[in-house]
Order: sequence, then C-alpha cells, then structure tokens
Amino acid sequence: MATQIPVDEMHDQIARVPRRLWLEVLHGWVTTVDHKKIGLMYIGYALFFLVIAGFEALLMRVQLAIPNNHFVSPEVFNGLFTMHGTTMVFFVGMPILFGFGNYLIPLMIGARDMAFPRLNAFSFWISAFGGLLLYFSYVGGSGLYGAGSAPDVGWFAYAPLTARVFSPGHSTDYWTIAILLSGIGSIGTALNIVATIICMRCPGMKMSRLPLLPWLYLVTSGLAFVAIGPLTAAQIMLMLDRYVGSHFFDTQAGGSAVLWMHFFWIFGHPEVYILVLPAFAFANEIIPVFSRKAIFGYPAMVAASVGIGFISLSVWAHHMFTVGLGPGGNTFFTLATMIISVPTGIKIFNWLATLWGGKIQFTASMMFAIGFLFQFLIAGLTGIMLSVAPFDWQLGNSYFVVAHFHYVLVGAILFMLFSAFYYWYPKMSGRMLSERLGKWHFWLFVIGFHLTFDLMHVPGLLGMPRRIYTYEADRGWMIWNVLISSGAIIQTVATLLFVYNMVWSYFKGPIAGPDPWDAWTLEWSVPSPPPSYNFAEIPTVASRRPLWDLKHPEDPDSDYEMEQGSPHETQKEGA
Amino acid sequence: MFASQGWCGFAVVILSAFVADPTNIFAPAGTPASSIFSLSMLVLGITAAIFLIVAGILAYVLVRYGSRASNGQGEQEPPQIYGSNQIELSWTVIPVLIVVMLFLATTRVIYTTEHAQRLANSLDVTVIGHQFWWEYRYPQMGVVTANELHVPVSDHAHPLPTYLTMSSADTDHSFWVPRLAGKMDLIPNKVNTMWIDPQTKGLYLGQCAQYCGVQHAKMLIRVYADTPQEFAAWVEHQQQPAVDDPAAAEGRDIFMHNACISCHTIRGTVATGRFGPDLTHVGGRDTIASGSVRNTSANLREFIDNPANFKPGALMPPMHLDAHDLDAVTAYLTTLK
Amino acid sequence: MSEAVLKSTSPDQAWTLPSRGIVGMTCLIIAEAAIFVIFVVAYIFYIGKSLTGPMPKDVLELPIFTTICLLSSSLTVHAAVSALRKSKQRLCSLWLAATVLLGGIFIAGTAHEWYDLIYNHGLTIRTNLFGTTFYSLVGLHATHVVVGLILLSLALLFSIRGEMKEEHSEKLEVLSLYWHFVDGVWVIVFLVVYVLGR
Repeated sequence: MATQIPVDEMHDQIARVPRRLWLEVLHGWVTTVDHKKIGLMYIGYALFFLVIAGFEALLMRVQLAIPNNHFVSPEVFNGLFTMHGTTMVFFVGMPILFGFGNYLIPLMIGARDMAFPRLNAFSFWISAFGGLLLYFSYVGGSGLYGAGSAPDVGWFAYAPLTARVFSPGHSTDYWTIAILLSGIGSIGTALNIVATIICMRCPGMKMSRLPLLPWLYLVTSGLAFVAIGPLTAAQIMLMLDRYVGSHFFDTQAGGSAVLWMHFFWIFGHPEVYILVLPAFAFANEIIPVFSRKAIFGYPAMVAASVGIGFISLSVWAHHMFTVGLGPGGNTFFTLATMIISVPTGIKIFNWLATLWGGKIQFTASMMFAIGFLFQFLIAGLTGIMLSVAPFDWQLGNSYFVVAHFHYVLVGAILFMLFSAFYYWYPKMSGRMLSERLGKWHFWLFVIGFHLTFDLMHVPGLLGMPRRIYTYEADRGWMIWNVLISSGAIIQTVATLLFVYNMVWSYFKGPIAGPDPWDAWTLEWSVPSPPPSYNFAEIPTVASRRPLWDLKHPEDPDSDYEMEQGSPHETQKEGA
Repeated sequence: MFASQGWCGFAVVILSAFVADPTNIFAPAGTPASSIFSLSMLVLGITAAIFLIVAGILAYVLVRYGSRASNGQGEQEPPQIYGSNQIELSWTVIPVLIVVMLFLATTRVIYTTEHAQRLANSLDVTVIGHQFWWEYRYPQMGVVTANELHVPVSDHAHPLPTYLTMSSADTDHSFWVPRLAGKMDLIPNKVNTMWIDPQTKGLYLGQCAQYCGVQHAKMLIRVYADTPQEFAAWVEHQQQPAVDDPAAAEGRDIFMHNACISCHTIRGTVATGRFGPDLTHVGGRDTIASGSVRNTSANLREFIDNPANFKPGALMPPMHLDAHDLDAVTAYLTTLK
Repeated sequence: MSEAVLKSTSPDQAWTLPSRGIVGMTCLIIAEAAIFVIFVVAYIFYIGKSLTGPMPKDVLELPIFTTICLLSSSLTVHAAVSALRKSKQRLCSLWLAATVLLGGIFIAGTAHEWYDLIYNHGLTIRTNLFGTTFYSLVGLHATHVVVGLILLSLALLFSIRGEMKEEHSEKLEVLSLYWHFVDGVWVIVFLVVYVLGR
C-alpha cells in the first residue's frame, strides 16, 4: 500500500536529493556486498595501481636509457623495481582478475551473487588496505627524505638480503605485511569463487555445461589455495627472523638462503599461472563469439587447464637453475617445465581451430585477443628456451627473462584484459566503448609493446643482468635500451587513450542493450548494466551455450551434447 | 605484419652488435659457453620452426576467415564444429615428441657440464662474493687478490681449466662471464662449483647477476686469460709481500695508523683486515671499485676520499682524511704494484 | 526476453548442489594445510642441522596424554554434531563442553611443555635451528587450536542458551570440520617432531 506524499514535500525532497545522493552513493559502495560492485571496485583499484606502477616503470626506463645515467639514485631505482614488480603482481594483476571473476561468475552460472557476499567485501577491503600500506612505505619511516622506506629487495625478496642486518629499517616489513594482507584477501576470494561455482549453479548447469570462464577460475582458485600458503608461511618465517631472532634464513646460524627461494617459488610459479589462467578464461569466451563458432574441443580445454594447474605446482625450481641444485635437480625441473608446454600448446591449437572456418569479426576486443594469441605463442616459446637449464645458465637473471615475463604479463595477459574490457564494458556500464578509439589504442599499443619487449630480449643475449640501476658504456647495450625506453612512452600514450575511452564512453558511448555482441552465455540475457538481483527468474539451462540454443532452435548445442552425452542426460520432451 | 619487416632489420643490427659486444653469449670463448651455444642453436631452431608454422596458420586463418560484415544479427552462422578427436590427438602427440627430443639433448649438456671429469692439472680458485666486490684466493699458490681474476689460457690439445669454488660472505651473488660459461650463484652457507677454460688470451668481462643490494650494478667482473708464462709470472709476483718503497713511507704510516687496517690486508704489514679487498698489489690492477673505475691516481684519491663519489652505498665509509694525508695514502697505494 | 523460455523441460529432476559451508571450509582447510606443509618441510629440512644444542632427544618427551585428549576431542565434537542433528540440544552442549575441556587440556599441556623447555632447558626460538622450527610449527598449530577453542566456546554458549537448534547442525558440522583438521595436523606434527625428529 503506497503512501501518497504531498506534492510540495516531494519537490522539497527532490531538491535535496543531489547532495544526499552523493553521500548515499559513497556509502553504498563502501558497504556493498554485491558482487558486481565489488568486482568494479577491484577493477578500479587495479587500474589506479596500474597507472602508478606504470609510472614507476617509466622512471626506470628513463634511468636506463643511457649508461651511467643519474636520473635517479641507486637507492631510488632499487626501490622502483621492487615496487613496480610487487605492485603489478599483487595490486594490479590479482585484483583485476579477481574483479572480473567476481563480476562475471555469478552472472554466467545463473546465480544472484557469490556464495559468501560479506567475505567477498572483506577480501576486497583487506587487499585494498595491503596496497595502501605498501605505498605508505614511501612516506613512512624516514618519510620523504631520499627514497623513504620503500622496499628495495626485489619483488622476490631473497634471503639473506632481507635480514635485519642487510635491510635495516622497515622497508622489508612493509613488503611483507602488505602482501600478507593481500594474500588473505586472495584466499577469501578464491574460496568464494570455488564455493560459488560448485554450490550455486542454476538448474541444468552440470559441471560439463559450465562455461569455460568459470572452469578456468575454478582451477585458478585451486592453485591459489595451494600456492599462497607457502608465501604466507615464508613471510611469517621472515618476520620471525627479523623480530624474534629465529634462524629460518639466517645463514650464520646454519640457516639456508636456498630454502627461502624454494618456498618463494613454490608460491611464485603457480602465481604466474594464477595470473594467466584468467586471461585464458577471457580468451575462451571472446574468441568463439567473434569467430561465430563454439570453442573447439571443450573437454580438452578443461583437461588442459586442469593439467596446467597441476603441472605448474611441480616446476618452481626452474627459477633456481643457477643456485646449484645439482644435475639431478636441474634435469627434473627442465623436464617438468617442458611438459607444461604440451597442455599449453593444446590450448593455442584449440583457439586456432576455433578461428578456423569461422567468420572472424575484427572488433577492438577481437583484435586484442588476436594480439594475445600471437604474443602468447612467442612468450611460450621463449619460456621453452628458458626451460633448457644450460641455456638458462646464460639467460637466467638477465633481461631475456625480463623480456619473457613481460611478454606474458603485458603481451598476453594485459592484451587479453584489454580485450575483456572492450567485450564486457558494455555489460557493466550499459554503453559501448568507442571502436575507433579502440583501434587507435590497439595499434599504438602493439607498436610500443613490440618496440619495447621484442628488443628487450637482445640485451639479455648480450649479457645484461636485471635489477641494475645503470650499466657500463662499453657493453654495447645503450642502443637497445634507448629503443626499449621509447616503446614504453608509446605504450603510455596508448594506455592513456584507453583510459580516456572508458571515461568518455561512460557518458557519451552508444547504448549497448543486453546483448551487443550476439553472444551465448547467460550474462548476455540480462539488461546492461544488470539489476542488483541479476536475474528476474533463475534460468534453467540445457547446454553450454544457452543463448545459442534460444537463437538457433533448429541447431541447438543441446542436441550435440546429447549425442556425445552421458547416461544422465535428460530426454527432451517433444521435438 | 609489423613483425616480419622488423625481424629483418633486426637481424642485421643484431649481427653487427654481436660482433663487437664483450659479453655476448653467442660468442663463446670457452667449453661451457660453447656447449651451451650449440644447444641453444638447436633450441632456437626448434622454436623458430614452431613459431613459423603456428604464426603462419594464425595469419592464414585471419586472412581466409575474416569477415567484412559487422556483427549483423540475422547473418548466417558458420558450421559449428565442436572438436575432433584425431586432430586433437595429433597435436598432443607431436609436442610430446618434441619435448622428449629437446629434453634428451638438454640432459646431455647438463651432465657434461656439471659432472665434468676434473683434470689433474686444473687450477683451483676460491671465489667469495662480498657486497660489492669479488675476493679471489688461489689456495694452491697462497695468492689472495680481488676483483681481477687471472687464469691461464686453455686449449683443446692441452686443457687447463680453472675450477671455481664459490660462496658468499653476506648475501646472494652470481658470477656471470657470458663468453666463458653460464652463471653460477654465490650463496652464503653453501658452496657451489663451476669451471672455465678460456681458449683465447684476452680480457673477459662480466658482472654480478643476482641482486645483492645497492651497488649490485657495479660489481663487475674482469677475467684475464693469460698465456701460461704470463700467468706464472703473475702468480709469482702476487706471492710477494707488499712493495716497501721508502718514498711512500709517509703514506704507509698514515694507512697503518688509520682504520684502513681493520678492513684491508697488505701482506707484510700490520694491515690484516678481511672485510674489504686485499690491497697488497692494488697498484698493479687496471681498475678499482670492482672494475667500475679505472685505476688512476686521481680516481684512487677520489675513491678513498669518499667511495660514494663512485659507488654510493658501497660499504667502505669516507675516511675523512685531509688533503695532504689523502695525497700521501694515494701515493702509497700506487706504489703497491 | 529469453528468461521465460529458459525453463526446465523435466521439472521432476531435483537439482541439488553441495553445501556452501562445507565447500568453503574445505577450501580454507586446503589453504591452511599449505601453510602447515611449509613449516613441516622447514622442520624436516633442518633436522640435525643445528650448530649448537640442545637437541630434540635431549629435551623432548612424547606428549602422550595431551595428544590423547586432543584426538578424543575430535570424537566428542563429532558426537556433538550428531546430537544436534537429532535435536538433542542438552547432549550437544555436553559434548561441546567436553571438546572445549579436552582442547583446553591440550593447550595447558603445551604451555607447560614450553615453560619447561624455556626455563629448564634454555631452548627458545632463537637458540638454534631446532628451537626456531619447533616453536614456530608447534606454535602455529597451537594458535589454530586456540582459534578453534574460541569458536567452540561460542558454539557452546549458544548451545547452553538454547539458541542452537537442529537447523544449525550444518554450521556446527562446518566448525567440526575445522576442528578435525586441527587434530589431523597434530598427528603430523606429533610424528614429525616427536617421533621422526628425535
């Protein structure tokens, strides 16, 4: 029974609304437990830190452009590469991928929210706090004098450099605690993702009908459980060493520096798969839609992804080929690393087979996805090169490795992220991103990316180690460094163009409607942006592409899946 | 695409750069580096072939199946192919075979390098990594020096390898001289070994390859491969105690009465410190500050005055000597050839 | 548009999914297990590597009694869950109280052991590698026991006040899973520290 409000009172209320609304809006966001809002906060947070960490990279590239440069001091430079790496992995990569997962997974499985909405919010806020703590290090401690207290031990913080005697002050502690906190958030989100996917699928969505994006996030989350614990444990040990006098990594008391490396890389290697599997998840959704074909080999894609997850737990010491593991250890880790190329290759081939015979639409999103395919191929091949232990004895800890992992992180993951932005921004905001600006963004970024990261392999081959604040003029590295640095500037311009596109399109972009791409998964069956409850009625599905079935009643996927089908397949009533 | 034109110009620049570069891994001058080089050519060949095939397919697919039309809703969709067991099997089996082959080739090099038979007449050098300099000890000869490593040239007919036994006094370091061998880390409380056998006389450059603190970038390596006669002469000279030039007596006294002796050793004097480099024959070295500064009087003086002039963050503190004492000490150290 | 058509064609088939709480707790257990594994690995790695004494065999005694208490508490918490399932709230309270008591005895025993080690044998976390790995591993476990005891005490409180009913039995089961995990970890710690390491 609605109560009638007198007209002038209503006018008063409306007049007052704008100012109250601001505070209400802010309050709404801060206290939200809605997976969509939390997802957007993760993404916004990550983009903010992407800009900051990108700026750190630019400063490093200016310093390295010429030999014996004095643009920044050694202390500042060492802080920059530590902060750049730590920020990009923990406060850009993890949040942005968890953000997309948070937003999309409930929508794709026909649920109203994640399994544990309050845990979801808690995970976000504790991770966010971790990031702020890390950056507080610039002003905390010795404050703004010199380099402040920013950690300068490298993002993997090898012992015993992190011991109190070699790293006095609190810079290492900022690193440790900030990541510890974000690790708690990551485990919380991973737990939420697993519980959501297993326990909240809509009727009919058996695991064999789960879209590949949730499948890959399932594997990612499983990896998170097993991988983040070791880092947390190692960091607790480090704090105990630094403050309570324990000897975990205290070589003077018989402790082992190599033990830290093992613990760190048992985390560190699966971590990079945690970062890349969501990029595969996006590719699995986007490439089929813009090829107008179903993904080729769904079961193999699932198996390969699970396989990659498992194998990634056994390859960690390929980061340690030069520490003296002995020929047995080196051989084992070479083999394990090479083996992982098999399921990875399968995924690339399946993507190619999806494109084959399709009708490829070169939208901005698809162009970034194609860039991803090409660049991930190269990144994988340089990874195979590095897996050959003797070759790694030369190339390890050199700019070749830096080039390889940036090829994966930027060339594959960031490209696929851009692709995901262009694809799902319409769903999240209700408006399309400008395709014209998108293409400019793509081409500029491709040029800058290849200029920087193709050439970056060369100084590695020419003997340039990583993490050096400058280099000698007689090494012949200058020309490469100058070109690499110029590519960084081009990438910056491209990224700014992208940010502009996102802001401009929010206000002026064409209205998207629920399904601008003629796609097939459940998120495209709700309005753009979706209402807070997601679905007016929880759907029931009969195949992997429910919307395809609706749009193509003459040739639904459910027919094909029944043909392949399991004994539990339900019979369709009628024709 | 952009890539194909880029690669050609690229190759030209690479080849020219490679010829001149002193730390080029593709210009091996010793056995470990050569075996890595051969293996790497195999690996590069395989990966290049895979790249050309797969990228070629990608390019073909984009050209052949690109759609001119926009994502029109009413358009005919292409045939939906869900998979093919035979095709998927083949692109599983073939990569497995490639992996097996590559693995076997790699294992052979791992074992031949790391389990190489030690030769009876090989030279032993102990390398201790410090923040931010290299200590070299020749236990068979009673020689201790720093930053400039002298080894005899080897050749295939009469091999004379040098075995490096390595550890660290503080944090992790890594010994990397690309033209001679792959790198090996120096880790406190752990002993690693590697061997080198430069085939041509000359100077081989490298640097620390494991981040070890503020001045990691300036922990440079200089390996002098001498003919056997030159090497013997060098050893004999190094075995002598420090030159005692009466003209430099004043500087020597200042040195011996200052904190210098608590960190540095000058054999034959009261200076027996071990924290910093051995200075017994420092005057005869080409460089100071771990290879990053030419060893001239002016540089030496500036370094002693305040090492931060060259290496901010180096662990040697400024000595606060006045101009006169500084000149005297510099003159003294210059006589220590 | 499409939602109306996305309906089940065979409404008679029940669509049941696992419980969120059980799945969530299982995930948490896996993550916590990963942390424990690393501390156990560090312990095993450093066996025999201490540069100075005391050594495990000099100072460690098998904590048989406290172990029996802790492992029995798994049985009692299981009994509490079963009782709640059958709506026997008072019995549930009883079993929960027993669980808390047994857990409390374990913690008291650990505290007593540590007092003895520190003051009578001079073993602290900074004494040697054994001290470092022992206190950190056993301490990490003890912390988890304390957290569990706090939660169990809360459950006991709700149960005594009559607020915990049969419909909450799954929540209690989730808590009991955590407790079983803590006990399972103790089995490993016991074997590694008191059997293998001595």
